[in-house]
Amino acid sequence: MPDPSLPPAIAVTGLRKSFGEHTVLDGVDLQVAPGTVFSLLGPNGAGKTTAVNILTTLIRANAGDVWVAGHSVAKEPDAVRAAIGVTGQFSAVDPLLTGEENLALMGDLHHLPRRETHRRTTELLERFDLADAATRRAGTYSGGMTRRLDLAMSLIGEPRILFLDEPTTGLDPRSRHTMWQVIHDLATSGVTIFLTTQYLDEADELADRIALLDHGTLVAEGTPDELKRLVTGGHISVQFTDAASLDAAARALGDIPRDHDTLTLQIASDGSVASLKALLDRFDDRSIAVEKLSIHTPDLDDVFFALTGHTDTGASAGDEKATTP
Amino acid sequence: MSTLTYTLTDSSTMLRRVLRHTTRNPSTLIMAIVLPGVILLLLNYGFGGAIRTSGGRYIDYLVPGIILMGACYSASATAVAVATDSSQGIIDRFRTMAIARSAVLTGHVLGSVLRAMLGTALVVLLALAIGFRPTANPLHWLAVTGLAALMLFAIAWIATAMGLATGSASGAASLAAILQILPFLSGAFVPTDTMPGWLQAFTANQPMTHIVSALRGLLTDTPVGDHGWIAVTWCAGAAIAGYLWARTAYRRRRDR
Repeated sequence: MPDPSLPPAIAVTGLRKSFGEHTVLDGVDLQVAPGTVFSLLGPNGAGKTTAVNILTTLIRANAGDVWVAGHSVAKEPDAVRAAIGVTGQFSAVDPLLTGEENLALMGDLHHLPRRETHRRTTELLERFDLADAATRRAGTYSGGMTRRLDLAMSLIGEPRILFLDEPTTGLDPRSRHTMWQVIHDLATSGVTIFLTTQYLDEADELADRIALLDHGTLVAEGTPDELKRLVTGGHISVQFTDAASLDAAARALGDIPRDHDTLTLQIASDGSVASLKALLDRFDDRSIAVEKLSIHTPDLDDVFFALTGHTDTGASAGDEKATTP
Repeated sequence: MSTLTYTLTDSSTMLRRVLRHTTRNPSTLIMAIVLPGVILLLLNYGFGGAIRTSGGRYIDYLVPGIILMGACYSASATAVAVATDSSQGIIDRFRTMAIARSAVLTGHVLGSVLRAMLGTALVVLLALAIGFRPTANPLHWLAVTGLAALMLFAIAWIATAMGLATGSASGAASLAAILQILPFLSGAFVPTDTMPGWLQAFTANQPMTHIVSALRGLLTDTPVGDHGWIAVTWCAGAAIAGYLWARTAYRRRRDR
């Protein structure tokens, strides 16, 4: 858990960026406590990659203060660079070099002694399940392997803060889960992680705090649970054996709307055991037989929809180079 | 370590990367040798008999032009390599690291020069095998090597800038093709005095004519005249212009 006495790993106030007439970030404020996982969640074109590019010193902001690892990205970019590792949306490995050579290149650029580079290279290849492919050219790697190599390359300098821009976009489900495990392990080891994603389940799975970015502004920020509490999407779905039971049940609950086609009632609920028991008791008292029952707790999809008015995360491809590799 | 030591270390790391690329993907080196070699054979055996140069044999006239052409072809490989780095995101990866800013560009430029020098040497060996008989003394050979290296350095910076400015392999190749046309509009393969007057005004004054004339004078032990210093000035100027262009294109990435 974050120690509130420590200065934030990342602090952003009033961040603005536009490309010509097109405003991409319109006054973003955020703070990331050291040792936590922060996820910037938003659809394509929301400005996530632009935010990462500014935080990692790749492009300049038009306005705002951005501090990373205690240094201003505008005034001391090299101090920031020395503290961070970046894995961009598009795998930046050298396809003509082997996996081993790619890592050694990074080690040399971090000015590590040769032996240390070798030690970390071997360890990272092992840890990311790339040892067997170490002497193969990175150009022959699968998508998942390339991402893992890319991530390993950002770790060779042992960064305190790691930026991951859509680390699982375009990966198959298995590679995705491997990547999640890797990110979990990194978070446990104390690295601060700034993660962008367009997947709600990914943010829910990995992040301590989530900020929802839509059209260049943060529309919500908090822990996954806090965000879920923002919406009242929780309900219990009860299915009955026949229309008579359905009608009886609906009447028992104050004539709530019913779905005759599926013989189902949707009853607003917080999903607690007590409320569930009370509900079933009422049906029992009236001898109404319940066929099936399911509990639906609000997930981030509901939050997303409630706050942005759209769920289709692929809908508004904007300035971000949105072609999935 | 000081900033200068870092710059040198990082540049040599980047140079090793570029040289490794050349061995992994030797087609660029092979093209840099085969293409000038084929043109050498074609021009010498195909056209050579029909082309009249003032005194001396055509092959002795031709070889400096082939050296120039090889240099221009090497530019294309460099521009494509830089553009590929740029579009594949690896340059952006380097830019998020605390390394000397110029290192990645220096690596490409030096790698390009070394690759082209090797290619040039092999083409000259081929020329010697088919009858090229230079009469240069060791000092002249040294001057030839120096001028060729300076020319390759200038062309490498221009090619690097082209690669950064276009940012795509195909765009870089098209832009670099301009460099490959210039030798034909110079005294590289045929004397310029048979060209129409309006064209002569260009060909007689463009840098490649001066470079090729200087190389020819040194290799065949004939007077170099003003061509020498004009060629050096052009090369130095082009190297500086190419460097500034590359630096601007590199920095512009921050303001995208």
